[in-house]
Amino acid sequence: MSLNVDITHRLGSFLLEARFVSDGRLTAFFGRSGSGKTTLVNIIAGVVRPDRGRIVLDERPLVDTERGIFVPRYRRRVGYVFQEGRLFPHLTVRQNLLFGRWFTPKAERTIGLEQVLDLLGIGHLLDRRPGALSGGEKQRVAIGRALLTSPRLLLLDEPLASLDDTRKEDILPFIERLRDEAQVPIVYVSHSLSEVARLATTVVAIADGRITAVGAPTDVLGRADVISRQGVTEAGALIEAIVDAHDPSFGLTTLRSAAGALQAPRLDLPPGTPVRVRIRARDVMIASARPDGLSALNVLPGNVAALDGAGEGAVDVVLDCGGVRLVARLTRKSVDALALAPGRDVYAVIKSVAFDRDALGRAPKFADRSAADAAAHDGRR
Amino acid sequence: MMDLLDLSPEEWTAVRLSLKVATFAMLASLPVGIAVAYLLARGRFPGKSILNGIVLLPLILPPVVTGYLLLLSFGRRGPIGAFLYEHFGIVFSFRWTGAALACAVMAFPLLVRSIRLSIEAVDRRLEDAAGTLGANPFWVFLFVTLPLILPGIIAGMILCFAKAMGEFGATITFVSNIPGETQTLPSAIYTFTQIPGGEAGAMRLTVVSIIIAMGALVVSELLARRVGQSAWVE
Repeated sequence: MSLNVDITHRLGSFLLEARFVSDGRLTAFFGRSGSGKTTLVNIIAGVVRPDRGRIVLDERPLVDTERGIFVPRYRRRVGYVFQEGRLFPHLTVRQNLLFGRWFTPKAERTIGLEQVLDLLGIGHLLDRRPGALSGGEKQRVAIGRALLTSPRLLLLDEPLASLDDTRKEDILPFIERLRDEAQVPIVYVSHSLSEVARLATTVVAIADGRITAVGAPTDVLGRADVISRQGVTEAGALIEAIVDAHDPSFGLTTLRSAAGALQAPRLDLPPGTPVRVRIRARDVMIASARPDGLSALNVLPGNVAALDGAGEGAVDVVLDCGGVRLVARLTRKSVDALALAPGRDVYAVIKSVAFDRDALGRAPKFADRSAADAAAHDGRR
Repeated sequence: MMDLLDLSPEEWTAVRLSLKVATFAMLASLPVGIAVAYLLARGRFPGKSILNGIVLLPLILPPVVTGYLLLLSFGRRGPIGAFLYEHFGIVFSFRWTGAALACAVMAFPLLVRSIRLSIEAVDRRLEDAAGTLGANPFWVFLFVTLPLILPGIIAGMILCFAKAMGEFGATITFVSNIPGETQTLPSAIYTFTQIPGGEAGAMRLTVVSIIIAMGALVVSELLARRVGQSAWVE
């Protein structure tokens, strides 16, 4: 899949200027509300016609204002799951699911009802009406309805925004399965750092109608300049790791990463599963020598890569631990006391209980991820 | 009580004719009504307020004036009436079809208004969603918009039918009061009140009118409830 976007669109005083290429399996549009994410998705779906520019999906232009091309939404084969679901209230769940399939030519149907019911766990809802569904069920039916059109691209616009935390936790695994099992590339819109950190293979960061960064999540989400523009106060780093072993007696899971072994709170995933861990900058301490007699379980050797001012009296110390970026937020006083400067060898100390639980999840399968990373590098050039 | 329903053949004719005229007026104006309501609710074109005014006019004009205008334009020598007769052999004046036309014109504003309000209440985001699922505008209208406005359509049809059953002024002006051809229930009741000893007949037809009105109301309630059950409550 390749999605090539280069558009300009004005909405009142708001100007959206977006230019990027993504070939990721799950491209996350990451930005705070009002940044233009939904407008961009509406333009890709054909619900909004851009003032100028073009969108090309797998060599096929969907919009090209210069050549006068505008493929109407009903011919785009782009599935769209809206924030509020938008199920048809006068139809049953089964009729909702099959609505789009009816308009899909038989030869182009790549996914069947049974498969979708199984993937999303909605088989028991078929005869109900949308009014009788919970928020999480509605979203799963909406995803199924879009999938059954056998789309060439699936757009998910903040599908979890209207759900509470427990419901989100119910749906996230379905989206992970969708990403790993369904052969449909996904664009996922979110303002939530933990969702993006957990799901994305490519991140497109958007702020004030502009693209601020495109690339692999470990790169983009580790950049303090990108993160701070997203209204996320908590800078941090994203580390990719593999589940190594479980220690049931202490309720811990050991993860293997390029930076070294990490002890995390127990994860219900079998050994060998790739995962992502987000470590907030404020949860990382720095020691100038390997500490002794310390309660924290994770001590990673590394060296200082850079120092970034992080506002009044605080400094983000960027560390390179065996090729993995980590960020530690320290006071200016501590930085002076330890005489931290780029190149200096130090130890990063992380408490296991400090792991961002929301962002801990199954990572995309490795084989594809390296491809996605390479693609993201291309996109950045 | 049974005496009250012991109608003479002429009275039965008036009842049957009224039902026929009202049903015909309702069904014939429905497609046009939906189209005009859709235009008024969604369309953006010059002269929209003029169209709106023309549609509403019969509601505001005295019925006799509407009837007279129909006579002028749809009468055998009127411009439209002459054209229809010469090319299609269709005659409205002094026929039951003319009565149906008069009823349809008089009831049209009520039909359009009811449907227009329900179109305006439709969540257009649902139509957008249907579009992204591959439905072109026609299918979107047929599978999403139309079912969603069905309660409005039913309400409009009932209003239209009731208005057509009771129409008097425009009908009698346009097609007169010919027993068996254009003498509807209201005209028949009016005739009874004009002749000595006609009170019993007028009373019988009044009772029939009440029964038909109540029946229409009950049917509309049942329909609305069925539609309501099978749909929404999001």
